[in-house]
Amino acid sequence: MDLTLFTIQLLNGLQLGLLLFLVASGLTLVFGILDFVNLAHASLYMLGAFICASFTLWLGNFVWGVLLALPVTALVGLVVERVVARPLYARDHLDQVLATFGLILVIDTAAQLIWGPAGIAVPLPDWLEGQVQIGAVTLPSFRLLIIGAGLMAAAGLFWLVNYTRLGMLIRAGASNRTMVSALGIDIQSLFALVFALGATLAGLAGMLIAPITEASIGMGNSVIITAFVVIIVGGIGSMKGAFIAALMIGLIDTLGRSFLDDIFKLVMSTEAAETSAPAISAMLIYIIMAAVLAFKPSGLFPPKVR
Amino acid sequence: MARKILTVAVLAALAVLPPVFYLTGNAFYLDLATRLVILGIAAVSLNLILGFGGMISFGHAAFVGLGAYAVGIPAYHWLYYTAGDWAVSGLAQIPIAVAVTALFALLTGLICLRTRGVYFIMITMAFAQMVYYLIVSIEEYGGDDGLVIDTRSQLPFLDLDDPLQLYGLAYVSLLVAMGLVAMIVKSRFGMVIQGAKGNDERMRTLGFNTYAYRLTAYVISGAMCGYAGALLGNFTTFISPEMMDWTRSGELMFMVILGGAGTVLGPVLGATVFIVLEEVLSSITIHWHLPFGLMLIAVVLFVRGGLMGLFAVLFGGRK
Amino acid sequence: MTVLEVTGLNKSFGGIKATDDLTLTLEPGELHAVIGPNGAGKTTLISQLCGLQFPDTGAIRFLGRDITRMTPHRRARMGMARSFQITSLIMDMSVEDNVALAVQARAGTSFRFIRPARRIASLREPARAMLDRVGLLDKADHPTVALSHGEHRRMEIAIALATQARLMLLDEPMAGLGGEDAAEMVALLRSIKGDRTILLIEHDMDAVFALADRISVLVYGHIIATGAPDEIRANAAVQQAYLGED
Repeated sequence: MDLTLFTIQLLNGLQLGLLLFLVASGLTLVFGILDFVNLAHASLYMLGAFICASFTLWLGNFVWGVLLALPVTALVGLVVERVVARPLYARDHLDQVLATFGLILVIDTAAQLIWGPAGIAVPLPDWLEGQVQIGAVTLPSFRLLIIGAGLMAAAGLFWLVNYTRLGMLIRAGASNRTMVSALGIDIQSLFALVFALGATLAGLAGMLIAPITEASIGMGNSVIITAFVVIIVGGIGSMKGAFIAALMIGLIDTLGRSFLDDIFKLVMSTEAAETSAPAISAMLIYIIMAAVLAFKPSGLFPPKVR
Repeated sequence: MARKILTVAVLAALAVLPPVFYLTGNAFYLDLATRLVILGIAAVSLNLILGFGGMISFGHAAFVGLGAYAVGIPAYHWLYYTAGDWAVSGLAQIPIAVAVTALFALLTGLICLRTRGVYFIMITMAFAQMVYYLIVSIEEYGGDDGLVIDTRSQLPFLDLDDPLQLYGLAYVSLLVAMGLVAMIVKSRFGMVIQGAKGNDERMRTLGFNTYAYRLTAYVISGAMCGYAGALLGNFTTFISPEMMDWTRSGELMFMVILGGAGTVLGPVLGATVFIVLEEVLSSITIHWHLPFGLMLIAVVLFVRGGLMGLFAVLFGGRK
Repeated sequence: MTVLEVTGLNKSFGGIKATDDLTLTLEPGELHAVIGPNGAGKTTLISQLCGLQFPDTGAIRFLGRDITRMTPHRRARMGMARSFQITSLIMDMSVEDNVALAVQARAGTSFRFIRPARRIASLREPARAMLDRVGLLDKADHPTVALSHGEHRRMEIAIALATQARLMLLDEPMAGLGGEDAAEMVALLRSIKGDRTILLIEHDMDAVFALADRISVLVYGHIIATGAPDEIRANAAVQQAYLGED
């Protein structure tokens, strides 16, 4: 096995894992605290990408594009919370799933009307287009930026949840909703804030991926399922679980797609390996999910019982 | 009583109108009705576990897709089965479709049903997506591009190349599916799954192994959906992974909820309204998903109990 | 034979002992009450007895068989019935359906798909008999959700009776009942007493002292005294536990 290729794929896996974490953390936060299943979470990922693309093209600078797109995405999150999510908090999960499914159709079509059916490429500034030489490995600098930004966002989130007053409220809300209300804290504002935070994180993931894949309609539709796999494996409502599972899934998926055929060739014929490896690697993360659930039906880090 | 009249009226309309349209030169409406009836079967079988059993499966499109591929893959390999002078590939393909989907339901159900609530929703969704990616990754069967079925299932006494006969088979299958579900939910087995929906802990402390009952219901539902998939493959003669995209599962769920979960007729009504709306809206604008999505949200927010619930409010009769 | 034999039961939640070296026996036909202040671990005890939770250590024997790690449905099939503290009926089914399901649980496998359950007399008649016994026959066809709290409590008893259980675990059957409803419930329990072995977990002291053959007092997960009602009334430790709370 080629060490350079392996290192590159390892970093790609890490990058995928961190992006997944940004999407999954919002999902798990919103579910853990608001008890709300939001299928349309990935639409915010897509909107983040499109909004950032528009700003970047307008201002000619990706960094400014991201900085402006973040508050706008948060604002979109607030609107979605107020209009669609809030009336659904008291409903069962089935209603939430269906209504947010409808919301996906609405947002996807609206995005198509605004930005057109084709994707929008997001240009990077020169200093991010280059390569960085680390030892024998040459890496695109933008991918390193994604990893850096992902790690920073993760660290910020942990700090927020574990060491701030807002975080304390969030954790209290997750474990005891009536207590938070009893403390006289406006639970509606707290919920709106949490929802907007989740939206922003998903949007950030979309912004970071957009220069690589371009912003496109329906780009969130496959991400949302993978994010579900992440939070199921991690334990729904657990931030730590989401982080570990996201990295795990990101690495397994990336490395599986690159190296599974090589591994298979060790135990079977080349031909058999080349036919079966793509099929198995496509299913790999689901197999992992099934295996985890067979032993721990509530995921690796089940949150404490409410 | 009012409900019985409605059921008879809907089923009579489905029996008479599409063939009449076809014979008067409007083949298009028969096509529409065939799709409607086949998706109706899928919705009826989803409703067995969703409406009566409280198991919110977001992965039923996978069963439909697997059923369709169970017809498409043997046809692709030119596997034809004969019995005497009859070509009877359908007598192999349809049981294969049912068996494969039942097995898939059993294997995934063993894991899915260990979980509850939102976990169940997401896991069924994830397993369906697994099948989707599996089919995409197999280039032999067209991968992303899908597969054309050159020859429809061959059955004794029936020629599925004749649209009218295909519709006849689908319609009778729908009646059988509705009859089966009605029978099951009234039976002792049905009482147990409905009890477990209402209060699982209570049922377990009464001595019911609710896991086993749920799993059985899940397998029955999956197999019925697989059968619907086999019909769908025969109808469209083109199958692709897109058939099992999770949005398809969402549409099936919407049919059930729109029509009225936990009623025998509801899913058929839901499928009817869904297909008609889809047709009407998409003929008006290519952006029909926008009004459609808004309607979906409105139905969830404001129409409790679906169309059957609405009907009960208007014409009385027990929900 | 001893119906229920609990020895050295322990259960902790994150360092807090909910059940602490608990030992308890139930003789056939006895009505044994477990009382104790709030938070004494009564609900945790009943959950372990019916198998919804497993103890950390200790053993539970039922009809001579070790059932410590047995699933709830298997215990139920051995003849253990439980009523719930918080009314736990199947609200969207009719009253009779609820009780008939309990009969059905005893009537062999329910993997029966063809005959309509509501037309099977061997399920419906015993169910109606039990409803008659608790005075709810006239409401048999009502949706469960439409009944009053007192009626729900009586349904719980009808269901426990319908399972033909050897042992009935009654978790606060008097909870939330006032005046007439409470008196009716005491009369109902008295009419069952002797027929079945009953473990009664109850807050209502009047009811407990009126009904119980023996009483065990649970404090912080540990049984501090067991005896006839008079002995318990005179027990100094018990008085202190209760006076300490009030």
